[in-house]
Amino acid sequence: MNIIVCAKQVVDVAEIKVDASTKKPILVGIPQKISDMDKNALEEAIKIKEKHGGKITILTVGAPDAKERMKELLAMGADEGVLVHPPEHADYHVNAHLLAGAIKKIGAYDIILCGEASIDMFSAQIGPRLAGLLNIPQITYAQTITVEPHKVLSERNLGEKTVSMESPFPVLLTVTKESNTPRLPSLMAILASSSKPIHEWPATGVAQEALVPKVKTIDIRGIPMQRKNIIYQNDLDVSISKLVDELGKVGVLR
Amino acid sequence: MVLVYSDDKKLALELLSKAHELAHELHKNVIAVTIGHEEFAKEYLEHGADIVIVAETSQHQFKAEEYTSILQTIMKDHGNEIILIGSNKNGKELAARLAAKLDAGCVMDCTKVYLLDKKLTTERIVYSGNAIAVEQFTAAPQILTIPPKVFDPLPKNEQHKGEIIKKKIDPEPSPSKILKIQEMKSEGVNVEDAEIIVSCGRGFKKKEDIKLVSDLADILKGRTVGCSRPIAADLKWLSEDHWIGLSGHKVKPKLYIACGISGQIQHIAGMRDSGVIVAINKDPEALIFKSADYGIVGDLYEVLPKLTSAIKGKLE
Repeated sequence: MNIIVCAKQVVDVAEIKVDASTKKPILVGIPQKISDMDKNALEEAIKIKEKHGGKITILTVGAPDAKERMKELLAMGADEGVLVHPPEHADYHVNAHLLAGAIKKIGAYDIILCGEASIDMFSAQIGPRLAGLLNIPQITYAQTITVEPHKVLSERNLGEKTVSMESPFPVLLTVTKESNTPRLPSLMAILASSSKPIHEWPATGVAQEALVPKVKTIDIRGIPMQRKNIIYQNDLDVSISKLVDELGKVGVLR
Repeated sequence: MVLVYSDDKKLALELLSKAHELAHELHKNVIAVTIGHEEFAKEYLEHGADIVIVAETSQHQFKAEEYTSILQTIMKDHGNEIILIGSNKNGKELAARLAAKLDAGCVMDCTKVYLLDKKLTTERIVYSGNAIAVEQFTAAPQILTIPPKVFDPLPKNEQHKGEIIKKKIDPEPSPSKILKIQEMKSEGVNVEDAEIIVSCGRGFKKKEDIKLVSDLADILKGRTVGCSRPIAADLKWLSEDHWIGLSGHKVKPKLYIACGISGQIQHIAGMRDSGVIVAINKDPEALIFKSADYGIVGDLYEVLPKLTSAIKGKLE
């Protein structure tokens, strides 16, 4: 079973602070990590490999320092990594083409796993885009994955309903946060992972032509959140009576 | 052409309103697509569509591969400059796959869509609700998805006439198979339409205690119980139709009461548009207070019964 797990290095959104004067998020100097759901995707890959054997390749499009983060994934149980350096200007169109190009270069594969979305942008675009470029079936929001010799069975979680699906190989699945708890690598595994290879490929090495973004970001703006911030914290009975009076006055109890 | 598609009729009507506005500015027509639901066509015309295309297909259950191919077939005949798709889980995977097939730009979950220097420009929330990304398309086709409740549908206009075109389309079948569709156990809650929401989070020690929240909700008009991610997704104390947040439902009631919710940015992203926000939390440092109009620092097990009876007194 050849499995490719797409993983993205992202800023740790929990660490983002907002600049008090500009109200813009401060993105420089924020710790980087592998997006949470991509680790769920790898955990599924490892479980499949434990049962059926095979090879897990981590595929990342990102800056050179993503290599450090990819090592954590090798320690968790992936066999090797491929890091593609994107051109200066990239969007989902560019990145999906880079991933598709890299996958064609990697060669034979049965399953591609992605996180349902990345925690920084939360677009949920890359998985279905990649499946579209490779012209293979897609099963998004997978909460369970069962691999059999010639097919994969999966339950998609759509909130109000669950859809059970099956697909022959090759297939791309995107994995939800609730699907599993990603394992923590042991110290031995961390040490052993240093001998696992990470190949670095330039964009020109995987894309047939120069890729031009279809969408450009023209601003990242802060979100104004103007609230009254009236906090009552002394005598509870007094607090409650003040609160109820206020709610009555602003007209939300009618 | 500005093309609109959603499998959710209500959402399609909301999208039509924005499509109508864009089409007017760009001197284009609005095409609404329904896959298999001829009965929606008249309503689409009355709410802003100039043409409704009813795709008649043997593929009745949604598969992104097949629905992508249906939309592509329609676009071959009618053009594909701007495509608005309803942002639910099916809509998003459809939009992204379609974007790949058309080599098109795609922006998900737009909360604003407008023309800036004649270019289609979008805004959406990124970085877990910490920022708004303003993005602009540099080439057509341009695909965007829009979540529910962002735009209001146009008022019904029975005079607005248009054309209904039926088209038989049989896409190449996907090798995947749908084995079973199971409706999740739902309490039939619709938080997105609620006027008042009382919401619970990790501050509750056990499932039974959520009664404290429903007791308060019960005495408020337009009452609904909501919750943060752990309650629905991890603990499963409430069904996912209660879940408010970035990957749950986005709500804008006139009153939102957050009980025992710490105020993770993902939750805030789902309720920041509420009218008045009240927070109850025992931790005075809890993030939720920064997003609240009114807050009570205290143990919710003590606060909620008292608040419920005080509001009851006020309403009587």
